Amino acid sequence: MDLSPDVQLDLHRRMVRIRLFEEAAGRLAESAKLPGFLHLYVGEEAVASGVCAALNDDDQITSTHRGHGHLVAKGGDFNRMMAELMAKSTGYNKGKGGSMHICDLSLGMLGANGIVGAGSPIAVGAAFADKYRKRGQVAVAFFGDGATNIGAFHEAANMACALHLPIVFACENNEYGEFTPRSQTMAITDIVDRAAGYGMPGVIVDGMDVVAVHEAALEAVARARRGDGPSLIEAKTYRFYNHHGVQNLGLKYRSDDEVTEWRQRDPIFTYEARLIEAGTTTRDHVDEVWAALRADIETAITFAEESPVPELDQLLVDVYTLGGAR
Amino acid sequence: MSDERMLAYGGAFNEAVRQEMEVDPDVFCAGEDIGGFGGVFQSYAGLQKRFGADRVVDTPISEQAIIGLGVGAAVSGLRPIVDLMFMDFMCVAMDQIVNQAAKLKYMFGGTATVPLTITTAGGAGLSAAAQHSQSLEALLCHIPGLIVVYPSNPYDMKGLMTACIRENNPTIMVKHKRLLGMSGHVPEEAYLIPLGRATVARPGTDVTVVAWGRMANEALAAAEKLSGEGIECEVIDPRTLQPLDMETIVQSARKTNRVVVVHEAVRFGGLGAEIAAQIQEDAFDYLDAPVTRIGAPFSPVPFSPVLEAQYVPDAKKIAAGVRETLARPFAVS
Repeated sequence: MDLSPDVQLDLHRRMVRIRLFEEAAGRLAESAKLPGFLHLYVGEEAVASGVCAALNDDDQITSTHRGHGHLVAKGGDFNRMMAELMAKSTGYNKGKGGSMHICDLSLGMLGANGIVGAGSPIAVGAAFADKYRKRGQVAVAFFGDGATNIGAFHEAANMACALHLPIVFACENNEYGEFTPRSQTMAITDIVDRAAGYGMPGVIVDGMDVVAVHEAALEAVARARRGDGPSLIEAKTYRFYNHHGVQNLGLKYRSDDEVTEWRQRDPIFTYEARLIEAGTTTRDHVDEVWAALRADIETAITFAEESPVPELDQLLVDVYTLGGAR
Repeated sequence: MSDERMLAYGGAFNEAVRQEMEVDPDVFCAGEDIGGFGGVFQSYAGLQKRFGADRVVDTPISEQAIIGLGVGAAVSGLRPIVDLMFMDFMCVAMDQIVNQAAKLKYMFGGTATVPLTITTAGGAGLSAAAQHSQSLEALLCHIPGLIVVYPSNPYDMKGLMTACIRENNPTIMVKHKRLLGMSGHVPEEAYLIPLGRATVARPGTDVTVVAWGRMANEALAAAEKLSGEGIECEVIDPRTLQPLDMETIVQSARKTNRVVVVHEAVRFGGLGAEIAAQIQEDAFDYLDAPVTRIGAPFSPVPFSPVLEAQYVPDAKKIAAGVRETLARPFAVS
């Protein structure tokens, strides 16, 4: 590791923020306090954290249906996130988007997306704008292994390469497309094999190792920023909970042994052990980080619970942008 | 005098794009064949030469990514014009149009603005058969968040296209393929026709005929012929189909008491049904006859020129529909 201690601790903090937010969301969902669908990012924290730590605030990302982690990693505010999950008017989307559409455009997070694969073409547009303005920004498209089977991904990857855009395709290969193993839906093992077909470099990283992800992201982002075009990162990772909801063991489509095996490679706990062993941090400091962020989460839950639901007259607001046409 | 300047419908489109690109560096165009070739209908002719390949971009044949490019660039602050060669190809890009472009503003709680213009060519009349001839405007008008524009003449084309480019919501500009060569008066300077505002294309007293795109011209031809028979049609061209200016239509219906709605799309589930329904809601007591709907029969657009001519409504069919509507006895109870 030649990353500075600050960067190493920042990576840790980003992951813990995601974990705590997601665990809290899961608990709230179990007690029926969250309407709608919930796709938890637990287990995949190293991917969003490692990639987003390589970005500037004005770099933009597109996300997936499993998008909370991307927003947290990009600096999302717990209060507004929790309020959105609870469908409150103080939420990021004023209670009109929810978990599947949560966004913060001011942080460059262009929205979780309920349509698998739909974020990649939008990221191509963001990258086009970056290149068009020559301001040195880049775009990152996050997507899962399943999304690489949908046409929109193919069109986006090809167009990004054809137009030589400053974009990174960040694949979170968690080995399942909803409830079906990846091996049943494609005849290849590594998503990265697809990169060559578009004419971009691709790299496989251990998606449970935040440093490995971050180093790959630094390289891919630098490449995009200096005008050398798109690249693909395949992070091998795993979702600790179900496709949606909070169940983890006893699921029909994957074995408990498999889940247990992946959980032993927990991206946060393994990283903490490495940091402590290297003397970058101490157990006490780690505990302090968790405790402080736990308090932030509790504050966010209280904020969300005490926030009002949307006024009924908001139903028809923001269908269109009214006035202000150039 | 610029007032006397004539320009074709396709040229009016081109001029609107060029003038907006000249004044706003955030405006760019992307689509299949629009750069070097100028577009299959030459709507974008000369623009790449004028503005360069960075602003008039030839894309792969990738309709989803073309719309996605526009959505992503629009939320990033640019003002994209993206082209789908034929209206039928919108079906390939429906997710990006319906689930992304139309929805972002609302589902992001108003924090996103999508100043995107999608341009396309609709309508039959070129023996282009079932996949290159459709009028799918009703599909689009059903989606909250989209603005749908369908001009019937060169003057409206330029003013509406300018409005679309300057609009902060996603707009879909439908050009009718058979109108591209239609010539008409078009001022040289940039001007706006407000979106969502219908026009009375011909004033009349006996019957209201609502029609847009190519059908507005057929309706005007029918009105001219019927005038010789002593029937005065008021032809309303909505110009923008979503949001639809029902106020102007209902006002006319209350005046003439009889309405014929014409569209090139199939009758079933077409916009004519919506217009007829709203007229009966808002002007029921004024009607002397049921609202007549004239549209294509319920089949794909045929290839054969004789079948296609049979399929598409024209001035003759519209005139017949008007006569029939006027012939319905006004029942006094």
